[in-house]
Amino acid sequence: MGDWTGYLLLILDGAWVTVRLTVMGCALALVVAFIAGLGRIAPWAPVRWLATAYIEIFRGTSIFVQLFWIYFVLPLTGVALTPMQAGVLALGLNVGAYGAEVVRGAILAVPRDQYEATVALNLTGWQRLRHVILPQALPLMLPTFGNNAIELLKATAVVSLISLSDMTFQAQIVRSQTGNTILPFVTILVIYFALSLLIAAIMGRIERRVTRGLDGVR
Amino acid sequence: MIVHQFNAAGSKARQDLDDAPIIRIHDLRKSFGSLTVIDGLSFEVHRGEKLALIGPSGSGKTTILRMLMTLETISGGRIEVCGEPLYHMSRNGAEVPADEAHLHEMRRHIGMVFQHFNLFPHKSVIDNITLAPMLTQGVARADAERQARELLEMVGLADKEASMPSQLSGGQKQRVAIARALALKPEIMLFDEVTSALDPELVEEVLEVMKRLAAETDMTMLLVTHEMGFAREFADRVLFFDRGRICEQGTPEQIFTNPAQDRTRTFLRKIIAAGHRV
Ligand SMILES: Nc1ncnc2c1ncn2[C@@H]1O[C@H](COP(=O)(O)OP(=O)(O)OP(=O)(O)O)[C@@H](O)[C@H]1O
Ligand SMILES: [Mg+2]
Repeated sequence: MGDWTGYLLLILDGAWVTVRLTVMGCALALVVAFIAGLGRIAPWAPVRWLATAYIEIFRGTSIFVQLFWIYFVLPLTGVALTPMQAGVLALGLNVGAYGAEVVRGAILAVPRDQYEATVALNLTGWQRLRHVILPQALPLMLPTFGNNAIELLKATAVVSLISLSDMTFQAQIVRSQTGNTILPFVTILVIYFALSLLIAAIMGRIERRVTRGLDGVR
Repeated sequence: MIVHQFNAAGSKARQDLDDAPIIRIHDLRKSFGSLTVIDGLSFEVHRGEKLALIGPSGSGKTTILRMLMTLETISGGRIEVCGEPLYHMSRNGAEVPADEAHLHEMRRHIGMVFQHFNLFPHKSVIDNITLAPMLTQGVARADAERQARELLEMVGLADKEASMPSQLSGGQKQRVAIARALALKPEIMLFDEVTSALDPELVEEVLEVMKRLAAETDMTMLLVTHEMGFAREFADRVLFFDRGRICEQGTPEQIFTNPAQDRTRTFLRKIIAAGHRV
């Protein structure tokens, strides 16, 4: 059993990679989701087209393909990325495309009344968004953002295909070195599950914070 | 009292009714798809005038206010506010459709109170009121809050500044909405059926505030209402709309006691039958 500790450490190394991928991927996805989501409803048609194209392409193709393009095809144009950078970029852009639709949907779900009040009070476009629309749209986005973050965590395993040693990759190493299939895969199952519980808990906290004071509104 | 700041030119305003009109509407048209709602409408409003717009449902009263507030585009014709075209601007000597910057500039003259209050649910009463002056007029927070408290006092809600809108009754919400619109000190205020979403027992408290405003300020006010008794008391002039046009206009006395048009008579009879006070 002494050996197993070493193997567990190997898997925990992988878990750390998975956590970093998840955190950075989520951060990128969040930024991208807001940019593309706002772009989708921007008053300028070219911006809307660009945002729509991005969203449709990244939702319409698989994350495997996206990852391969970013890691193997992009270098042909002179942009070489480390596996970690490629992984974060693929995850962020993929999940960001789904997040963009969440941002857009939440903004459009804020009653039109609210927009009209901001016009009557002569706020500028940015002020309307910043002070009235987004604060009311944010609580609508958070539950789905939580799901997206968990989706992203689960998708991190694809990076093992570009030989990034995330948790799944390490589990396979352990399996091939020990011949034991059950133990490494039970371990990562438990860790993945714990991580998604953690994400859910964090999102729950944020949600409660953001919706505080909005009770009785919806 | 806060009203004094609106009252600077106070009683004088009413005598200056023959100054240049503050609102000039000429041959205005508005269609929604194939439905023409406003059809060749022209009228003028003088500075300080209190106007009541009445008429059957669907006659275009709300649409007119919304066009003045730039919440709808116009399909044709012209609106001038404070001597400047609202939906047009001149560029290189030619008149072109107004851009957002021009609309932003023009909106400074106009405020609006909505039927459903449209308070910001995520902001406290006082933040609802201070938001726009701080953002659009660069008023310092302390000054904006001082002014907001005066306005709250005027509408009888001095004790509610920290409340959230969800904690207020409809009548209280509407009074906050009035204070919020007043905080920007617009020259023109538009009121669209501001009491029709309220329970009957809450109507009076809002009308009281409006009556005081009408009596004590020199603001130009356009009021759409089904409260004929209130229109009569409030207005200098009543416009009766039918199918997107002015069917008849005159002093409240003329319209309510001696209307010239059959359609006006029919409308007033119906509204009395429906239980509205005249
Ligand atoms: N956004 C819109 N799209 C299509 N039709 C509209 C729109 N807004 C208003 N209308 C139509 O325009 C006409 C005038 O509407 P408006 O709301 O101005 O009437 P109103 O005089 O205010 O009536 P009410 O007394 O019922 O409030 C109505 O026939 C209405 O259905
Ligand atoms: Mg109406």
